[in-house]
Amino acid sequence: MATVSAERLAEVFVEVSDTLVSHFDIIEFLQMVTSRTAELIDAAAVGVLLADQHGELQFMAASDEATTLLELFQVQTAEGPCLEAYRTRAPVMIPDVRVAADRWPQFAPRAVKAGFLSVHAVPMHLRDQAIGAMNIFSTHTGGMEPNELVIAQSLADTATIGLMQERAIRRGEMLTEQLHAALNSRIVIEQAKGALSRIHGVSVDEAFGLMREFARDHNYRLGEVATYVITEPARVSGLMRP
Amino acid sequence: MAEREGRERAVRALIDLEPTTADPEDRVTGWLQRLCAAAVRALPASGAGVSVVDRHGVTELTVASDPECEYLEELQFTLGEGPCVDALAGRRPVLEPDVASAALARWPMYAPAVLQRGVRAVFAFPLQVGAARLGVLDVYRRDPAGLDGAAMALALTFADVTVSHLLDAQAGADVGARQGALDEMMSYRTELYQAQGIVTVDLGISVDEAMVRLRAHAFAYERRLGDIARDVVAGRLRLDNDAT
Repeated sequence: MATVSAERLAEVFVEVSDTLVSHFDIIEFLQMVTSRTAELIDAAAVGVLLADQHGELQFMAASDEATTLLELFQVQTAEGPCLEAYRTRAPVMIPDVRVAADRWPQFAPRAVKAGFLSVHAVPMHLRDQAIGAMNIFSTHTGGMEPNELVIAQSLADTATIGLMQERAIRRGEMLTEQLHAALNSRIVIEQAKGALSRIHGVSVDEAFGLMREFARDHNYRLGEVATYVITEPARVSGLMRP
Repeated sequence: MAEREGRERAVRALIDLEPTTADPEDRVTGWLQRLCAAAVRALPASGAGVSVVDRHGVTELTVASDPECEYLEELQFTLGEGPCVDALAGRRPVLEPDVASAALARWPMYAPAVLQRGVRAVFAFPLQVGAARLGVLDVYRRDPAGLDGAAMALALTFADVTVSHLLDAQAGADVGARQGALDEMMSYRTELYQAQGIVTVDLGISVDEAMVRLRAHAFAYERRLGDIARDVVAGRLRLDNDAT
């Protein structure tokens, strides 16, 4: 199990809150939260999925955007720990995913093939409404320790706050507005990954890295860069040259 | 998955039930009129309108369930303010269950015009796929009230179906016989969006056009859009300029 110092834990929560008040980009924010979650509970990968209006889970952000991992998130539209955590609104722990093939014939073999032996999910909800789940992958077997579960759930709750942060949620309508904006931001990023992969002759995974680096170097938000790549490439010409 | 498919099928059926006076050759205007009529019937709404925009956000076409709503649609673009304008700019739904509230400050010219016509609630849903913006679907209500969960899901489905229809019509598909031909395959969604980006570069076109070209290819070769997207991302397929 992970042993996290109280200092590091405090640092992470300060970093998260700090992001909430400045330079805000929903995908970037969720990515940071997933990366820190992975670090604190010593997981191989962590991702966030949010439900659309049909209750279908859509991938939003992860500590690692490798295509094999994205497939593991996508398959959970149909089955998997996230879907279960979202539906039951309770954490789901699978200490050994190799024995879960009957439960999730699509998800389990793919997870094992990708090198993950244990998988967990914690629900995300705002007041009484379930909005998605956070997914935690490990390369070794075993459950989550109680303190890890607390950390994961706290960060999942913080991710929810981040999603609602742009405007205070006065009414139910705001939740729909925010969720849709976030889901659409994710689509723009995928479109931009595709375009950049072609321009630079690299994989979509590498294209994502280029985009993120450019955003950091030029003090842009990730979502901004992605939108420019597709709609106003002249504004990010440095990124558009092969 | 079943929920999405069920809703989409139901919405398409509702639209097909509506009569049309438009030229049957006109795949867009006539269909949008029926869509607006179906939306008013199916949702707690007094009116509905669709504004189709070009890639610069300039209105190309406005269709509404009645002349009042058509006026309210066009007025937003004339004034440059309103839920529909905000939905396009912000790439997000704009839902105002009570126009006689904070909306008066948000849209100082548009909101009074809405109230004057007895409309109390306005909901604008962008017709978009990522960076591609095709227009907005607006839903109007005469009582100051929001849309509940079921109505919201239905309204968003009307918007999704409209996006599909607008793209299919541009792709030259036989829209009447489309059922099942263009299964979008949820599990390939990421590949589909990535493929759209790839095609913008390969063909030097906008992302909306890229979406149309991918669909046109799917229709021409009678293949699933999701499979085509996978091939494009994997480098097994490259759309070129002369052929579909």
